[in-house]
Amino acid sequence: MNMITKLLAALGAVIMASPAMAQEAMSLDAKVNEAFANSTGWFVSFIFAPIPGTSFPWIVMWLVIGASVFTIYFAFVQFRFFGHAISLVKGDYSDPNDAGEVSHFQALATALSGTVGLGNIAGVAVAVGIGGPGATFWMILAGLLGMASKFTECTLGVKYRNEYPDGSVSGGPMYYMSKGFDELGLPGGKILAVLFSIFCILGAFGGGNMFQANQAHAQITQITGDYPGWITGIIFAAVVFAVIVGGIKSIAKVTEKVVPFMGLMYVGAAAIVLIVNYDMIGWAFGQIFAGAFTGLGVAGGMVGALIQGFKRAAFSNEAGVGSAAIAHSAVKTKEPITEGFVSLLEPLIDTVVICTMTALVIVISQQLIIDEATGNYMLNEAGSAIATVDGNSGVALTSAAFGSAISWFPFVLAIAVILFAFSTMISWSYYGLKAWTYLFGEGQTTELVFKVIFCIFIVIGAAASLGPVIDFSDAAIFAMAVVNITALYFLMKLVRAELVSYSDRLKAGVIKKFDH
Amino acid sequence: MSLKLVVGLDGHSTGEKALAHAQKMAEKSDGAEMVAVYVIEWSPFTFQTAEENAQRHKRREEEISTAMERVVTPAVEKMTAAGLSVKGMVRHGNVADVLDDIAKAESADQIIVGRSSDNGLTSRIFGSATGNLVMSASVPVTVVV
Repeated sequence: MNMITKLLAALGAVIMASPAMAQEAMSLDAKVNEAFANSTGWFVSFIFAPIPGTSFPWIVMWLVIGASVFTIYFAFVQFRFFGHAISLVKGDYSDPNDAGEVSHFQALATALSGTVGLGNIAGVAVAVGIGGPGATFWMILAGLLGMASKFTECTLGVKYRNEYPDGSVSGGPMYYMSKGFDELGLPGGKILAVLFSIFCILGAFGGGNMFQANQAHAQITQITGDYPGWITGIIFAAVVFAVIVGGIKSIAKVTEKVVPFMGLMYVGAAAIVLIVNYDMIGWAFGQIFAGAFTGLGVAGGMVGALIQGFKRAAFSNEAGVGSAAIAHSAVKTKEPITEGFVSLLEPLIDTVVICTMTALVIVISQQLIIDEATGNYMLNEAGSAIATVDGNSGVALTSAAFGSAISWFPFVLAIAVILFAFSTMISWSYYGLKAWTYLFGEGQTTELVFKVIFCIFIVIGAAASLGPVIDFSDAAIFAMAVVNITALYFLMKLVRAELVSYSDRLKAGVIKKFDH
Repeated sequence: MSLKLVVGLDGHSTGEKALAHAQKMAEKSDGAEMVAVYVIEWSPFTFQTAEENAQRHKRREEEISTAMERVVTPAVEKMTAAGLSVKGMVRHGNVADVLDDIAKAESADQIIVGRSSDNGLTSRIFGSATGNLVMSASVPVTVVV
């Protein structure tokens, strides 16, 4: 319990920091930043503590081992059932009598709109900026392995969701932890569920909120010139407040419809950049492979590239984190495992396709400075990241990379980033809320308290500088994964029973396609 | 074999006209059966928020009961009062596909619909529900003006 008290104290300190804003406008951002870094530093250092005697953070190892265990335990389910997953999304196996319920496609699209976003644009730039092109290789590998983690958690999410008498549903790791452990007669499910909920709330404030606000602000200032972050923060907070508290559905509806087009446009633009530079694609892949195993001079060498790749992949596709299990649990299906199959497409689309395209564009655009003499990348003055043409990092680096090929693209990217940030915030406000109501019970007042705090964090996120925000975001999201993957190890045999039964029936022809 | 008709209702006067026409046809034939259908336009390929998804099952039930109450039940009552054998249905989906699927499932002889009331850009590009039904139906379709 000591840990929880500490966490709550840290949370309190962050919230207390906000009234200080009224004092001086000029140093406001700096103050927020300092208070933020001071109050969250211990948590970040704990999560990213290296394995003794190495520079390898234990948490990255944890995620990779988890994903590998699920991959082997389910005998490469991500490849064996890949085609079946596509059929499910197309609706081949949907009972026409269930028309009007949430379809597999809709659940997938909703979960994707929560993950496709800044992780793919800014996160990849951070990974490649620090870990070099080689980080991409590890990112793809982590994405492929992560498909098995997603499969496991989303199957359980649907299987153990709560269905209320009024027809609405609530699902997610906290429900499979408590109900699944009870079913197996194991103790501790409830404790894990509470821990998960706490970290999920922090993750909602961090990666699902502050990181988004922060990078959206960075993108806006690229175009408008510099101005204080809290201004962007307040505008964003007001719009999010209008949607989640005011119930102004039209804003959310517009975003949900525009975001997929933005996603396609982003991929399209990346494809254009790649086609224009088709002669360099081979070279870029060469850099990626060489960098993956040598580091090409980046800080930390090969291990540095690997850590960055794995970290960003996990942050981007959230496999093993447990958030997707909340999003997927609304689908109507008699077979929970079908939702698991569908969800395994997420890390593929998010990480293997979209993140890789971003990375290729950054590498091909030659924003990263190469030392002519050695062929290695040059480090910046601090030695912490690769030197870039204009000293850009994060989303600014991606923007510059696209801008070097399509001059007007930074404007489109700015709009895309704002919309992605917004839709991710809306998604995470829901994930956080589900965790919050799991802890404090459902009710208008408790929900309102969460939503107001959520909006305050938007302002803090926009005002703080990238470093502390990104560290805290990562730490909170990975803390969710610690609890979630622990639970998954205990519950995975339940998923295997489902998998065996389902694939037997599929082979025997009991599960058939419907005529459409 | 007796005549079996599928009638598309839409909650407007166009649906009423289709129903009236179906009634006229049914009265001429002994032991005719009628299926009165209201289709709620819905696609499995739209984008929704997590919250909408969580509420979806509840909304669907509400949509079905509202459509039953306001459109289908009055039509069924009217036909029953006229001494015809009729059953009512509410379904989600694409109007043309659903009506045709029901006609096939019920081995109906004919589908009777009103002329589409929808216009605007979408129907100019993708065609109206009635137009699509006429093009794709597997049984004869009567369009009532």
